Amino acid sequence: MTCLALWMPQLDQIFVTASHWLLSYLPAALQPLASAILSVAAIIVAFATLFALTTLLERKGLGRMQNRYGPNRVGPCGLFQPLADGVKSLTKEDIVPIRADRAVHFMAPVLLVAASFMGYAVLPIGRNMIMVDMNAGVLFFFAVGSLMELAVFMAGWSSRSKYSLLGAMRAIAQMISYEVPLVLASIVVLMQAGSLSTVSIVNMQASYSGIWPHWFVFTPWGFAGFVLFMIAATAESNRSPFDLPEGESEIIAGYYTEYSGFKFALFFLGEYIGMFATSGMAITLFLGGWSAPFSFLAWVPSYLWFFAKLLTIIAIFIWVRGTLPRLRMDQLMNLAWQFMLPMTLFNLIIAGVWHFMPGGLLRWLVCSTMVVVPCILFGGGLKRKKKFQIRTYHFSQ
Amino acid sequence: MTASFMILAVLTVAGTVSAMGLRNAVHCVLALALSFAGIAMLYLQLGAQFVGFTQILVYVGAVAILAVFAIMMTHNDKPMALPDSHAAWVAGCVVAVAVFAVLTRAIVSSTTAVQIQTQTVAPQPGVTVQQIGDALLHRFVVPLEIMGVLLTAALIGAVVIAMDRREEMK
Amino acid sequence: MVGEGILKGLAETARNFFGSYVSKDRLTTVQYPEQREPQIEATRDFPFLVYDGADWQQGMRCVACQICEKECPPKCIYIDKSKDKKPDAFGKSQFYPATFNIDISVCMSCQICVEVCPFDAIKMDVDYHLSSDNRFGGLMLNKQRLSKSNEYYNAIHPTEAAAVDAQRAEEKAKLDAKAKAAADAKAAADAKAAAESSLAQFAPNQSAAGDPQ
Repeated sequence: MTCLALWMPQLDQIFVTASHWLLSYLPAALQPLASAILSVAAIIVAFATLFALTTLLERKGLGRMQNRYGPNRVGPCGLFQPLADGVKSLTKEDIVPIRADRAVHFMAPVLLVAASFMGYAVLPIGRNMIMVDMNAGVLFFFAVGSLMELAVFMAGWSSRSKYSLLGAMRAIAQMISYEVPLVLASIVVLMQAGSLSTVSIVNMQASYSGIWPHWFVFTPWGFAGFVLFMIAATAESNRSPFDLPEGESEIIAGYYTEYSGFKFALFFLGEYIGMFATSGMAITLFLGGWSAPFSFLAWVPSYLWFFAKLLTIIAIFIWVRGTLPRLRMDQLMNLAWQFMLPMTLFNLIIAGVWHFMPGGLLRWLVCSTMVVVPCILFGGGLKRKKKFQIRTYHFSQ
Repeated sequence: MTASFMILAVLTVAGTVSAMGLRNAVHCVLALALSFAGIAMLYLQLGAQFVGFTQILVYVGAVAILAVFAIMMTHNDKPMALPDSHAAWVAGCVVAVAVFAVLTRAIVSSTTAVQIQTQTVAPQPGVTVQQIGDALLHRFVVPLEIMGVLLTAALIGAVVIAMDRREEMK
Repeated sequence: MVGEGILKGLAETARNFFGSYVSKDRLTTVQYPEQREPQIEATRDFPFLVYDGADWQQGMRCVACQICEKECPPKCIYIDKSKDKKPDAFGKSQFYPATFNIDISVCMSCQICVEVCPFDAIKMDVDYHLSSDNRFGGLMLNKQRLSKSNEYYNAIHPTEAAAVDAQRAEEKAKLDAKAKAAADAKAAADAKAAAESSLAQFAPNQSAAGDPQ
């Protein structure tokens, strides 16, 4: 047990020491560039593997929830299914519609994947394991996330097809509407942490009082913020129940109807990578990043905790996908503007109250009430019955 | 005049020239978005992290999308025709040269430009987000509040216009 | 409570997920084609011809009456009657079909041919693995392919086949009894005729035997 205690800090920093050792073989002038390339390669390998694993886990998980097996033919328990999917998408014919805008049609998936991968630069995956420690890291993350909307528009417009255009309009409207609650939900954390740097936010949460961690999710405003952030993240990455822009039974495939083969796989990849990046940001902001949930578990390497939390969030995404029906466009918009936006603004006030009240039970009671009551009121407001009017048809003369 | 500055400058200027010169409206907007991104990277190269990321978030993420929505709503598939008359070209060139002259004089004779010309050290990020926040809420609080009121008025105006049109349609 | 429906839905899905590892009725998938779902007895797919005994040509019950061909709604049965006759299971000599084709791409499994057959010769099969890669005749089943034994029929439709077998046995018993009765009567008449002829044979002998006295 003691030798384990001696080895664990080394194991925790094993990737850092390995990269320093590799870089020591290069001249000093090339070292920053090589270090950047090494980090980029590591991120791409790790998260692309996680993407492959997630597609398999999602299909098997959804299958079990729907009383059936998932894929189980291609390897033991279907483990080589992602490989088969990859081969399929690479060998399919790449069809570009004859009226499509070829240059923009090609650039759209490239931009989507590039924008999704850029978000990982500011996620601290382990202790001292962040690619670029920026002063304004959280702002960088949201800036890069807003590039995805442009990519969606490019995909939808360049295909010159009505399904693509409709899907693109809906997708952009949805992504813009949910970006506001996403950013506002993270502002409460920035208020508490006093910094935009992800490393300092995680370091603030990495301490313990007794065995309980100081994660922000264990406070009333943090819990509300986490739930709102996760709902907005689900909507940002066009996942069920917010997948109207790409729902197969509604609009064929929305903005990527006219894509086939590898470009389709790139869209899929870009969406999932964006989902992982947003989950990683949620983990960094609310769930304490790479820190362990209890102080006696702190000997486990930090990157393992990050990926454990990421896998838990992915499991919850899959669970929600298997449970909830798809939201209609107007229900989606109502949820964003009439529930999530007021709740996030209220959350800011609650975080302020928490900051200025002295610690203790009263603070907990007041803030919890301030979270629960508006939630019920706004939720009740959403359920208000819509008055339907007699439908008038406007036919063209 | 480092290599990265040259590359970014070429990218930005190319984007802006394409935005004026391309036939297809959507291509113009995308080229404009590229030039916004180039400007953001120039800000980052100067060490102004907050402004750079806000430039991407606001200009590329919102203004370009706004332009794109305008084009989608009007469905302008036909390429724009170039103006025919010679007089319009000449007037345009004169105005452009005049604006360029004024801007160049203003930039070259400003104090910070003189400092960068004489020093060769790379600029440090001397301004942190915290300092920007402090300045906004202490020294520039009145402009901040006025901008807030302006934005709220614009938001309410947009909602009122949209609501009016919907009631007209009933 | 706000959000109650969502929580109940999530609980149900979680119960499905974890229950699928423990109980059978939360994982109703059958690993086709290694495992098959059991079929009910009255399953019907496409018709087949029943034959008794070991030889499919000799034991075929069909007598080419062509009622099924006439009654078939999409007209998917094609029968050619033979020129000669052969004895059937009851000993009577009947025609037999020289060709009997069913086009199963047309057949709609309505079972009318089974219902109208007076000889219990055509019954419904339960086999559905009938796909073919020959589009110009792969789905036209001929007489040999359609003939399956009575044991097979008993295996796939036990109660029905048992009823048919019992009825046929009864008929055969009745026929046998009638034949036996006829044979008995014939034997009795033969014996009587033989006795009379033997008596008649003895009578002239008696007059001849009376003289030497």
